[in-house]
Amino acid sequence: MDPVASAVRLAVQEALHILSSSEDGGHIISTLRSLRRYLGETETQAPAEEQEEFSRTHFSTILRCLVGKLSPDWLDLLPDGQLEELWASFFLEGPADQAFLVLMESIEGAASPSFRLMKMAQLLARFLSAGRMAAVMEGQCGQQNYFPLLGEEVLRVLQAVVDSLRGGLDCSISFLSQVLGKACVHGRQKEILGVLVPRLMVLTQGNCLWQRVCWRLVERVPDRAMEAMLKGLVEASPGPEVLSRLLGNLVTKSKKAQFVMTRKLLFLQYSCSTPMLQSLLGYLAMDSQRRPLLVQALKELLETWGSSSAIRHAPLEQQRYISKALLICLAHLGEAELQASRDELLASLMEGVKSRLDNSLPPVRRLGMIVAEVASARLHPEGPPLKFQYEEDDLTREMLALAAPRPVADGPLEAGPPVAPVGGESPDQETVDSGGPQAGREGSDSELDSDDELVPYDMSGDGEQRSSKTPAYVRDCLEALTASEDWERWEAALRALEGLVLKSPAATREVSLELAKVLLHLEEKTAVAGFEGLRQRALVAVTVTDAARVAEYLAAQFYALNYSLRQRMDILDVLALAAQELSRPGRLGRASQRGPPGPGSQPSGATVPAWQAVVEERVRRKTRRFCKGSTGRAAAAGPNEFNVVAGYFFFPLLQRFDRPVVTFDLLGDDQLVLGRLAHTLGALMYLAVNTAVAVPMGKALLEFVWALRFHGDAYVRQGLLSAVSSVLLSVPAERLLADLPDELLEARSWLADVAEQDADEDCRLLAVKALLLLEKLRDRLLPLSSP
Amino acid sequence: GKRMAAPAPDPQFTLRGAGSAVCALHFCSGAQGRPLLLSGSLRGLVHIWNLETRRPLAALDGHGGQCVTWLHTLPRGPQLLSQGRDLQLCVWDLAEGRSAVVDAMRLESVGFCRASILAEGPQRWMLAVPGRGNDEVQILELPSKTLVSCLKPEAGARLGMPMCLQLWQAESSPRPLLLAGYEDGSLALWDVSMRKLCSRAACHSEPVMGLALDPRRARGVSGSAEKALAVWSLEGQQALQVRGTHELTNPGIADLKIRPDSKILATAGWDHRVRVFQWRTMRPLAVLAFHSATVHCVAFDATGLLAAGSGDQRISVWSLYPPT
Repeated sequence: MDPVASAVRLAVQEALHILSSSEDGGHIISTLRSLRRYLGETETQAPAEEQEEFSRTHFSTILRCLVGKLSPDWLDLLPDGQLEELWASFFLEGPADQAFLVLMESIEGAASPSFRLMKMAQLLARFLSAGRMAAVMEGQCGQQNYFPLLGEEVLRVLQAVVDSLRGGLDCSISFLSQVLGKACVHGRQKEILGVLVPRLMVLTQGNCLWQRVCWRLVERVPDRAMEAMLKGLVEASPGPEVLSRLLGNLVTKSKKAQFVMTRKLLFLQYSCSTPMLQSLLGYLAMDSQRRPLLVQALKELLETWGSSSAIRHAPLEQQRYISKALLICLAHLGEAELQASRDELLASLMEGVKSRLDNSLPPVRRLGMIVAEVASARLHPEGPPLKFQYEEDDLTREMLALAAPRPVADGPLEAGPPVAPVGGESPDQETVDSGGPQAGREGSDSELDSDDELVPYDMSGDGEQRSSKTPAYVRDCLEALTASEDWERWEAALRALEGLVLKSPAATREVSLELAKVLLHLEEKTAVAGFEGLRQRALVAVTVTDAARVAEYLAAQFYALNYSLRQRMDILDVLALAAQELSRPGRLGRASQRGPPGPGSQPSGATVPAWQAVVEERVRRKTRRFCKGSTGRAAAAGPNEFNVVAGYFFFPLLQRFDRPVVTFDLLGDDQLVLGRLAHTLGALMYLAVNTAVAVPMGKALLEFVWALRFHGDAYVRQGLLSAVSSVLLSVPAERLLADLPDELLEARSWLADVAEQDADEDCRLLAVKALLLLEKLRDRLLPLSSP
Repeated sequence: GKRMAAPAPDPQFTLRGAGSAVCALHFCSGAQGRPLLLSGSLRGLVHIWNLETRRPLAALDGHGGQCVTWLHTLPRGPQLLSQGRDLQLCVWDLAEGRSAVVDAMRLESVGFCRASILAEGPQRWMLAVPGRGNDEVQILELPSKTLVSCLKPEAGARLGMPMCLQLWQAESSPRPLLLAGYEDGSLALWDVSMRKLCSRAACHSEPVMGLALDPRRARGVSGSAEKALAVWSLEGQQALQVRGTHELTNPGIADLKIRPDSKILATAGWDHRVRVFQWRTMRPLAVLAFHSATVHCVAFDATGLLAAGSGDQRISVWSLYPPT
């Protein structure tokens, strides 16, 4: 046997014997002093290995024995509290973790207030104030689950505190607050609060004492840790009710907490999830003392939401965040509170709606629409409801759900998924009255009537069938669309047109211009579901079938008088979609199978327009072809059908953008169309890859971009930037450098500026992409030019 | 709050390969109780579908390329009865993978009227088919093929051709009854053994295209070329009484079936849709808009599976409101 271990064990056994039996103060004190040698605090220290053995195997036994001896008589064996001091020193100076455990154990084990419990609680206070907790923690640091453990320990201490408060003893828990704050500052909110919050949630339920202890705990968290702690709590709490129980009126007591909850988490950051926002704002709404803060938050949110500068400069993500917070506030606030500051709120709202609807970025506009609808309904309930048209998607649904008024109390959760029908009894049990027939009376037999739970499916799509009036020929459609007063026939014609056009290209070409004209001017005279889509697809089909003529017509109409903005945008969309269809690889094979050779086969001299002849002549004179056909992608095996007609799509659109007409001013109010034009030109450029006309197109497009590069509208700039990328992708690298070197240099410096300084995130991103393309271009050319 | 209705259901699976419009469907159980579906096509083929592999096991060609309008299996054998527009009613032996016509009988009527069979006893069956005369129904005994009776309305009745038939025998009564829908839109109840027309009700203003009977409730439903279903009842097993009509979105019902557990009713529509109703209340439950041509026939199997055959040459199989 280990001599060290046995020596220590003998000494400890003797000491335990003396401690438990002796009534002699001097004897006891000398025994305790001899034991203190093992703690290493005295001049006559025990050897290191003996100390280690003692603290590993015997220390807690000694402590328990000491706890057991604690009584007024025992302490009075020696005067002046000498014995008590020595007794306490074991707890305060020995290994902290074991001391802490025995302390907690004895406090927990005490059945009722007693001398011993009081002494132990005092000792715990000394233990904590002597910084021994740090020693406990230090001991735990090596362990993986340190922070959850710490959370559990904090809970134990809180339990002890609550117990002693019940016993009428005052306690301070600022040390625990500091521990909590420290852990949070170190970014361990999840770990420690993940343990604390679920327990505290249960303990504070209907227990005022626990609530008060909890409030005090969070109040005393140092200011520098307040933000981390609050954010963690908001995240860990399952809802505003719990948050309110845990925090109490912290925001009215602590300036720092108020700042974090009403400004920092709402305006300076936008990292909270939607449930967190709901918890936070719900917390503010749950107490009359806190509600003024909620009103104030709403005012400030609305002001920020409506500020045109914020709209331009804040990231979209933050704008969404603010909008969500706004809707949650509105859902919480009552009629009276809103009416009190109605004028102020309405003013911010109106300004915001105006700036947002003017914006050309759809998400920004849509946020404007959703918030405006909800807010105006709340602020101005007596007025006519505001209703915008916008597409429903997950975001809009989420936001509208946020705006729904809160239920007063948290009711039970809605029932789960639909339950499969369950029959009451089995059919066998049926007893048929053998004397006579079953009468058809309803409710006569319970078994047959137990099918009430059959839940109908959605049957909203069950409309009347109207296939009888569908025209069978393209010409019939044309006639039905122009002359028919029979709306069923009119609708059937519209529905059938795309299919008929694609099926019979020859017949379509006979009336293509007429068809395009009719479709462009077609108005929705009856409510036809999906009218816009039907019309657009038909127009695209016509354009694809007779590309040169129809595209030229449409592009010319883009600048004509007397069209609505909607129609002009339609023209752009149709041109882009038709170009996309024409340039699709493999299209040609299918097309040639189904009809006589169209204009897609070979351009004859007669069909080549003047501008193209000039361009091609110039190209021929200036170009040496040494790598014919080597550009482009391997996937496109067939010729690009768009090749022959790209010019008809592209150049007419560029002609007159800077010449306003009475009804159409691209460089003025109609910037939305300008943005769309830039995007469309970029798309056409991109689709013209591998075509002969790509080079003149690229040159013209770069000029267009150059003229508009400082446009104030982000959507227009985005269009221009993607157009630049299209040029870089579609025009062969050698030709870019040979024909457009100056334009490229200019573009490059502009792109660099945009990439660094543009306010719009998408613009910066697009500029970076274009710059990368330029870089790639240079890399590809350098090895070529080197000998 | 009120729960949002679930989106219209999708078929559990689809059977393709009938090769022409599907005009008749019938579920039966094959070897080892495996469920089989039989379908009759416009081009005269009867397909036997394995519902596990969802492939045809066999295609029976016995109607000379003429539309197969009705299919039924008899427990003995098992034997299959198929009725075709070639005026043949074939009896097939399907046992042990055979597929041979073991018997055939010539029908007298060229109409679309489907036959009906009453197979109560193990050996003797009663078959109702449209008869020789324009307005008569013949009752035959199988397998002897003896003509039992000929049900012919009185001279002035002007019911027109029979369009659909349903033989039926109440547990409480020894007498078989026949329900027949006629061209003039009326429904007639015949006492087969007495050869007597017990009752008649004008249910529709267009030819009755199909009917379904719920013997337990003594109630049934019929559909016609018009835009409504008629629900009627049999009072005291002799008086037909119209209980009400149920308006439809589109006109034309080709077939109707009530599920064996009497919970739901399915209709095959000319509007390409199958409609499902809660049978007791006639509350609409679902509109199955899957097919792209007229739905000609619907069928339920014992486990509640619903099949629909359509002019688009497909058979859709649905599992709705599973019975418990």
